Formats: sequence, structure tokens, C-alpha cells
Amino acid sequence: MSGPIKASARWRQPSVLPGFGLSFGFTLAWLTLIVLIPLATVFLKAAGMGWSEFIAVGFSPRALAAYRLSFGTAAVAGLVNAVFGLLVAWVLVRYAFPGKQVVSALVDLPFALPTAVAGIALTALYAPEGWIGQYLEPLGIKVAFTWVGITIALVFIGLPFVVRSVEPVLADLGREVEEAAATLGATRWQTFTRVIFPAIAPALLTGFALAFARGVGEYGSVIFISGNMPGRTEIAPLLIVTQLEQYAYAGATAIATVMMLASFAVLLLINLIQAASRRRMGV
Amino acid sequence: MSLHPTSEGTVARVVLITLSLAFLGFFVLLPLLAVFSEALAQGAGPFLDALHTPDAFAAIRLTLIIAAIAVPLNMVFGVAASWAITKFQFPGKALLITLIDLPFSVSPVVSGLIFVLLFGANGLFGAWLAEHDLKIIFAVPGIVLATVFITFPFVARELIPLMLEQGKDDEEAAISLGASGWQTFWHVTLPNIRWGLLYGVLLCNARAMGEFGAVSVVSGHIRGETNTMPLHVEILYNEYDFVGAFAVASLLALLALVTLVAKTVLEWRFGLHAGARH
Amino acid sequence: MIHLRGITKRFGQYPALHGIDLDVAPGEFIALLGPSGSGKTTLLRIIAGLEFQDAGTVQLGGEDVSTLPVAARNVGFVFQHYALFRHMTVAENVAFGLSVRRGKARVAKAVRQARAEELLGLVQLEGLGSRYPAQLSGGQRQRVALARALAIEPRLLLLDEPFGALDAKVRKDLRRWLRDLHKQMGLTSIFVTHDQEEALELADRVVVMNQGRIEQIGAPDAVYMNPETPFVSHFVGETNRIAGPAGEIHFRPHEIAIAADGAEALLVDNVFRKGAVWRVEGLLEGSRQFVELDLPSTLAAPRLGETIRFNPHRARIFNADGEQSKGDQS
Repeated sequence: MSGPIKASARWRQPSVLPGFGLSFGFTLAWLTLIVLIPLATVFLKAAGMGWSEFIAVGFSPRALAAYRLSFGTAAVAGLVNAVFGLLVAWVLVRYAFPGKQVVSALVDLPFALPTAVAGIALTALYAPEGWIGQYLEPLGIKVAFTWVGITIALVFIGLPFVVRSVEPVLADLGREVEEAAATLGATRWQTFTRVIFPAIAPALLTGFALAFARGVGEYGSVIFISGNMPGRTEIAPLLIVTQLEQYAYAGATAIATVMMLASFAVLLLINLIQAASRRRMGV
Repeated sequence: MSLHPTSEGTVARVVLITLSLAFLGFFVLLPLLAVFSEALAQGAGPFLDALHTPDAFAAIRLTLIIAAIAVPLNMVFGVAASWAITKFQFPGKALLITLIDLPFSVSPVVSGLIFVLLFGANGLFGAWLAEHDLKIIFAVPGIVLATVFITFPFVARELIPLMLEQGKDDEEAAISLGASGWQTFWHVTLPNIRWGLLYGVLLCNARAMGEFGAVSVVSGHIRGETNTMPLHVEILYNEYDFVGAFAVASLLALLALVTLVAKTVLEWRFGLHAGARH
Repeated sequence: MIHLRGITKRFGQYPALHGIDLDVAPGEFIALLGPSGSGKTTLLRIIAGLEFQDAGTVQLGGEDVSTLPVAARNVGFVFQHYALFRHMTVAENVAFGLSVRRGKARVAKAVRQARAEELLGLVQLEGLGSRYPAQLSGGQRQRVALARALAIEPRLLLLDEPFGALDAKVRKDLRRWLRDLHKQMGLTSIFVTHDQEEALELADRVVVMNQGRIEQIGAPDAVYMNPETPFVSHFVGETNRIAGPAGEIHFRPHEIAIAADGAEALLVDNVFRKGAVWRVEGLLEGSRQFVELDLPSTLAAPRLGETIRFNPHRARIFNADGEQSKGDQS
């Protein structure tokens, strides 16, 4: 090596563009301050609790019921969204119909509408005397203040994740592979199940996982419709809030830790799915 | 025959379109209509009266202040992070992107909790803050912090793919022509990314103004002081003031609609597309 | 084998094909040659059933398949961009056409695997069956696509710009290989190309298309030597076009005789070696029209500014209606 080379120049590839030190340094500092240190606090606090206390408050019967409810409803809502999100994505990519732009914008409404607004609106619809609830009540179907209502809120929240994950992959799939399948004698249904579906399955699974992760942590759109009965319709995020209001920081921390580990696991799963499909299909 | 031979028949097409429109209508459009309908349930008078209260004004004011602080902060961060990530090659880049995305995968409630654990009365810095008579939790700074955390990835998330696609040829050309780093950024990079930046800022702003869970944990719900619009909706709703709750909610719904329209226009006009992770 | 009658197709306002008639004999290798927008791909897709004609009939092997859906036509189709199923292995891709057969036509898995193996051998991709398409080169992918199309034992093989996405060297190798394969299998085949060299090298007969019409059908040599329309003369091979008293005179750069008393005089503007000949470019004296000539490189290279006198021989003259008014001049 000739001449002195700065350490940073060895660590990253040299570039003629300036501003790496400033932008990278600022990014790292801001990230550490706003995200990493605060998040680490939860784990730090959880680690300081001791194993038996952590288990006692993090997996109390009430907490277990809350996890069951949160994960269960998020999974059901994710499945509903996987089916209908795929359908909506298919219709948006494949068919031309009047008002398509509006429909496409509508898909993003759950991203844009504040969750509390969604929460009270859904409650207004599904409460026993609500727009829809009044017709369901005589049939003996209770939606608001049951797990069904929670699931409906999570379907609302999760829909765009599935649609927006699947849409680009479906658009990118191209007519040619379907035409190829047809020339080889495949029926339309065979083409869908054997050619189209496997190609979009990783994206669909990603969308499901994103909707699921969001559903597990969702708070604002759920608490109005859920009824919040401990052990019955109390979701995990609400339990954290309740614990906080009772100054039970240990309990709140333990439950938050469990939930964060669960969502990081989902995040990891998504990355693994995408890496695997990239490796195989080269996209 | 005008139908494409490898497409579904007209019947299947109509059925599929109808099904998905019904689903969207039921699950998405109907809640939106419910907001406005409930807000105007007793006519325009009560609707306007509900908005015309000191508490509502205070909530609107606070929401605007929070957004005015949080959005520019994340805008600057988003631009800096995208510059470092897209214009340079360095190991650990994928990890950095994952870390920037972290707030997306954390429950809003947990996002509030972490700041309570740091700055609350029993928190890590609680004693120190009390000593110096500083208040973060149950005060505006806490709401700002939680909002910044929640909206942290928005701008970077939109800019990174856009700037990756644009490459760095333009910047290298500017530098080779003798422009300084700042000149290059202001005259070359910024004009290239301005619509993408606007797009990210819009989404960031919508979330900043609408965030509920995280803000709810750190705010303390002090009327006229630490109540943002979504929190105000909750308080009114829990007091059975439905017209009031839905009146404030309808303002937030209008914000959402404006965001969607602007987003659609930007997508249509500039071919921008949001990632799936908001 | 194939009989097309009056095939007409419009895309909205845009007429793509105007009443195409074409007959192909069993075992023939046909090239559809034309510029983009000439309708050649549309015609190929109509034969396959990937597009439906607005008017006209398609007969395959004596059967009218005009309204038969693509999946029932049993026609092998090779796409320009391969259209391989990227989530399936190479062997699964090849066996796909057999695996979708149901009922009486069902093919046992062992048979499908054996058939895929056999076809991969035919396209010289033995042992690559367990790879994914993403792990293959462009030329290999196109051979997989071909094997996949052959697996259904099609009555007809259609290829849409089969070499279009490949680089020049691979294209040349694959071309020779495809010609040998066709000789070996004797399967009636039609391929679409905009590359005249490809058409002239591979095909038994070339169908030259322009603006939704067939301009000329003939053996490669006939199309090259005796173009019947100004378009064919211009599109197939290089052609000089100069104005003459009876119409437009077409002659190829080599279709000239140098003569001291030649009718035309070229003022040499540029000279370079083009393979075995000198390519000489310049303007004609008098009419100042641009002309290219090929002179044997056994002669000394013409100097710039020099005047070369020559007579076009074998020239074709087309009148204003595009009709050929006179044969050879020689």
C-alpha cells in the first residue's frame, strides 16, 4: 500500500461524492437516539427483572389470554386479507373498469385514516344498534365487543399490506408465462394454481406477515370495538396500557418484550422468505 | 371475439370485480361514510358547535404543532439517511435499512411505553428530570418523541428506492463539473427527488397527525394541554358525545382523504409508488 | 398442413392484418419476416390461438381450429423472452405440458420424468433438470423453452423471435443448432423474425410481411434474387434505389459492372473494407443520389475523389404503383 489511507476509506468503497461522513454520522446518531436506545431500554428493563418475575407477569393467565386473542384475531384477519387482498390486487392489476383509480386510492385508506377514527367508525357500524349491527343482532350474531369485532378492525387495518405486497409482483408476472401455460394445454384454473399462485406466493406470505404483525400490535382501531373485558376481549397492547395506568411497569415491560420478540420473529421470517425466493427465482 | 384468449370470461370477470368492490365497500368505504354521517347526524349546527370549543381548538393546535416539529425532523433524517445509503457502498447497509424500519414493526403502545420507561417518573432519567424540573412524559416533548419514533422510517422508506433507481451519475457529473457538495445536493439531487420527498412527507404527516396508541401512552390526556385530535376523539367518545367525537374525527378523515388524493396524483403524475410497509 | 384464409385483425382503430392467405406444407420451416408493426407476430399468435382473428379461418391438419381455444390446439409456442416458470425446476418446466393432462390423457409421473430427461438430452441440457431457470444462461433458457414446447408433441411449432433476446454469438450458434434440430425432427415450424439474415439462413420459405399484408412468399434465394415489390427489394438485403426514367431502379451494391462507358458515374466519398469486398460510398454525378457499391478487394482500393463509371446489371425497375415494369437490364 502506498501512502496513508484513511480508515473510513478502507471501510467503505471510495467515492467522488462528498457528504458521507455528515449524512452517515447524522443518520447513525439520530437512529441511535430515537430508535435504538429507547428500544434497548425495554430489553434492559426486562433483563433486570429476573427470569421468574418475567414469567410471572409476562405469562400470567391474563397476559396469556391477551396474547391468544391478539395473535389469534391477527391471524384470522391476516387470512381474510390474504384471500380478499389477493382478489383486490388481481382485479386492480388485471381488469379495466370505471373508477379504478378511486378504488385503488380507497385501498390505502386504512394507511391514511387515523386508527382512532377507524375504531369509532367501525363501532358505530357494528354496535348492536349500529348500521350493520342492528341487522345482525336479531340473528344472534354479536360483532362489537367480541373477537369478531376485533377481527373486523384488523381486517380493515391489514388490507393494504396484502394488496400492496401482491400488486407489483402480479403486475410484473407478465402475460407470457400464462400464455405459455395455455399453449401447453393448461386450463385457466391450472394456470392459476400451478403458475400464477406459486409465483406470487412469497409476496402473499409477506403481505400476510406484515398484516399479521401490524394486527398483533394494533391499538387505536381495536379498543373501541373490543369491549376490553379482561381475559375475554382484552388485546395485548391494551393490557400494556392498563398495566401502565396501574403503574405496573414490570408487567407492561414483560408483555411488551414478548410482543416485540414476536414481531421481530415475524420480521425475520419475512426476510427469510424473500431471500429464499430471490435465491430460487432470481428476483 | 374481443376477449383475450388467456383471460377470464366476462362472467368470471364481473363476479371477481363485484366481489372485490363489495369487500372494499363493506370494510373500507362504509366506515369512512359512517364518520361523516355520524358527525352530521344532528345537522350542521351541532357539528360546527362541537368543533367550536376551546378543547377542540387546543387539540387541533397541538396536533399541528406536533406535526410541524416531527415531520421536518424526519424529513431531514430521511434525506440524510437516503444520501448515505444510496450514494455510497459500505458493509452493514442492509442492517442499517432494517434498523431504520424497526419502528414499523413495533406496536404503537410499545412505542409509547419505551419513552415512559426512559423519561417517566419511575424511568431511567425520571429522577434527574424531576430534579431539574423538566417534564417529558405527560407533556408535549413526550408526544413529540413518540410521534418522531412512530413516523421515523416514512421519508427514508420512500426516498431510498427512488434514489437507488436514479443512481449517482447526475451527482458525479455535477462534481466533475466543479460543483461543491452542497451545490450538487441543492441543484441536482433535490430537484430529482422532490416529488418522492413530498410523497414521503405527506404519508409521514398523515401518520404524525393521526397517531393514537403511542401518543395516548405518553400524553396523560390533559384536556387543553396534552390532547391531540385523535386523543380528543377518544375522550369525547368515552363521554358519549358522539357528535363531538365524530365531528373531530371527520376533520381527521378529511386529512386522510386529502392525503390519498395527493398520493394518487403523485403516483399518477410521477409514477411513484409506496412500499407496502406503513 | 396449415391453411390460412382471409385472416383479418384489428386492434381498436389499428388494422394489424388485412386478409392473409397462407399455406404451409407438412415439415416445412417457414420464416415470417418483416419490420415491427408488420403483423407477423399477430399472425403467429392467431395460428397459436393466443389471439383471435376478426375474420378468416385457420385450418391445422385438415381441422378448422378457428374458434378452438389455445389450450386445445396442441401447438408448441416458443416466446421471445422464454416465459419459463421461474418457480419450477428446468425438468418441471419441460414436463409441465404433460402434467396438466387429466382423465384419459393423464401421463404417469415416471413417464413425464423420462420424457423430460429425453427432451433435455435432445436440447443438449442433460443433467441440468434440477436447476432453476434463473441459474441458466439466455441460450440455455431458450433451449429449455423449446424442450418444453416439444414435450407436448405439438402438431406444429411456432417461434416468436426465438433469438431476439440473445447476444450475437449465442444467436448464431443457436440458429445453426435449430436448423439441424428441424432437419432431424421434421416438425412443421413457423418462426417470426425481423432479421433477414436469420430468415434466409434457416427457412425453407420466407414470408415477407409489411403493414399487415404479405408482400412475397418464396424460397430464400428467390426472395433475395427476385424481389417482387419495392418493399421486399429494400427490406431483404441491401439495395440502392435511384430514380430512372421508367421508375425507381433497384440494384444491390454488388449487382454492377464497372465499365469505362458506364451509364452511371459515382464520385467516391468513402471507402472501407467490408469482408471480402471494398464498400464504396458516394454520390452519383448529375443526379447526386447516394449509392453504395461493392468492388472486389482483389482490385486496388478506390481513392477518395475518384470517379467510378458503372452499369447496374440485374437491376429491377418499379413504377410509381410499385409494379415491376421490366426485368434484368443485363
